[in-house]
Amino acid sequence: MELRKAYVAEMARLMKQNDKIFILDADLSGAGGTKTLYQQFPERCVQCGIAEANMTCIAAGLSASGFVPFIHSFAPFSTRRVYDQIAVSISYSEQNVKIVGFDPGIETTYNGGTHMCFEDFALMRALPNFVVMDIVDDVQLTKALPHIAQHQGSVYFRMVRKQNKQFFGEDYNFQWGKADKICSGSDVTIVATGTTVFDAKVAVEKLAQVGISAELLAIHTVKPLDEQAILQSAQKTGIVVTVENHSVHGGLYSAVCELLSAKHPTLCGAIAVHDQISQVGSLNDLKIAYHLTADDIASKAQQLVQAKRG
Amino acid sequence: MTAKNFSTEIRRATLRCLHSQGSGHVGGSLSVADALAVLYTHHMDVDPQNPKRPQRDMLVLSKGHAGPAWYATLALKGFFPMDWLDTLNKIGTKLPSHANLTLTPGVDMTAGSLGQGLSCACGLALGLKAQGDTSHFVYVITGDGELQEGQNWEGAMFASHHKLDNVVVLVDNNKLQIDGETQNVCKMEDLEAKFRAFGFETTRVDGHDHQALHQAICNAKVRNGVPHCIVMDTVKGKGVSIYEQMGASNHSTTVNDEQYALALSELQ
Ligand SMILES: Cc1ncc(C[n+]2csc(CCOP(=O)(O)OP(=O)(O)O)c2C)c(N)n1
Repeated sequence: MELRKAYVAEMARLMKQNDKIFILDADLSGAGGTKTLYQQFPERCVQCGIAEANMTCIAAGLSASGFVPFIHSFAPFSTRRVYDQIAVSISYSEQNVKIVGFDPGIETTYNGGTHMCFEDFALMRALPNFVVMDIVDDVQLTKALPHIAQHQGSVYFRMVRKQNKQFFGEDYNFQWGKADKICSGSDVTIVATGTTVFDAKVAVEKLAQVGISAELLAIHTVKPLDEQAILQSAQKTGIVVTVENHSVHGGLYSAVCELLSAKHPTLCGAIAVHDQISQVGSLNDLKIAYHLTADDIASKAQQLVQAKRG
Repeated sequence: MTAKNFSTEIRRATLRCLHSQGSGHVGGSLSVADALAVLYTHHMDVDPQNPKRPQRDMLVLSKGHAGPAWYATLALKGFFPMDWLDTLNKIGTKLPSHANLTLTPGVDMTAGSLGQGLSCACGLALGLKAQGDTSHFVYVITGDGELQEGQNWEGAMFASHHKLDNVVVLVDNNKLQIDGETQNVCKMEDLEAKFRAFGFETTRVDGHDHQALHQAICNAKVRNGVPHCIVMDTVKGKGVSIYEQMGASNHSTTVNDEQYALALSELQ
């Protein structure tokens, strides 16, 4: 199911249970899917127009009055466009606002460079009072949303509106703050987040073909990081490769390196966007341009494993 | 070429550009075609052979998603070959969905994150003045929905305070945005009155009437110490019946073979 469809289905259920939840949009309710909630909950769905900074502070005010607002826009406009509003009125003010960023990084494809946000993890990780998440599929989103709504504190999560490939089975056991071990391995740990887990999984298969046993951890929560899961795996394999649809600065790679350098120094490679300017293109062409393909992941892992084996 | 014929050529080339990709920002591109035709026929002092020439008029397409209409205009004016239009949104293109000054000859400012264009135009206009250029202008085209972004009003306040009479704002007042009618999404009330309250001289014209638009721009170019704003009443999707009838959903939609053929048959 498309993530935006799963999103409104679960939000409708949560809004029935919890009359504190508000939905706020900035002229993208049709694009993001929330439009269908407006009929069902006319008092708690608020169209703000193309005014993201205003929407962000309206959400802060609602939160200060005891409500739980969810605000929506494309990832660049729900984060970097309104960063000081988030920093002062939400983070510093210790409010409870849920911020949704649609179509992060290369997933914005044909909207191109202005909409291609490689910085949202970095920005949002730097703010106290924020959980930062990257959602893979409809199953994970549906299971994560009740926790996000319940959490006392703000949450930023990214999701690809029209992503409709299922990664997790219906029996998926979502655990708040915990990494998902997709498969066990002994030679290298691959830590992937968001929709990159699809290619990371393909990379694991490619590595198996060349005799490399890779462990795959899928990370839905970039902050706070599941330190235990990453440390345990790094201790076992001795090599880590992170994979993210984000800049190499300040995102998953940074988070994992911060952890490893303090608690278990480990060789760590990054599949991420390396200081390249954003651009327009198809998803496949962008993956190739930014070196985010399954082949890139596999060869980075192979390179590090071979370097270590000497 | 008259502005009238030129606007038809712009619409045809815009749809060629969008058809090469199969979809895109159709409605808001078609609604500004006449403004672009009038500007580039009668007003823009620019040199296709030397697009960055310091002494020139500049355009900021603040509603950067109408890039395809601008690209069509620039290609027809000879800034780059027509076949570039078929590269829209392909990796490595010089024509991205939203206008980008580093990529496209003739594009004076990047846009796509709505609401920044008027401020950038103020910077360009200050720059002209700082260079002692008293004969050129900076034109800014904004959407009506886009004016919900508060930064526009910071820019407006600044333009008037600094007497930027070399700034001309053209509002593409097609009364639609993505989620529906601007009036229902977040009403803008009387746009002329708003700009006047911020110190602008304003006029309101039929944005598809070339003569009226040309006259309004001539009037706006009188340097009297205040910035000017022209509210252009337009129709989103103008010129192609299937798109006009779609209403707000023509914002981002398909241009398939059939739609393209139908559009070309109407745009004669
Ligand atoms: C800051 C920002 N927020 C949201 C968007 C997404 N967006 C692109 S076009 C658009 C609607 C624009 O409406 P309007 O200004 O009336 O333009 P037009 O109808 O002429 O296309 C929106 C919300 C954006 N590009 N930038």
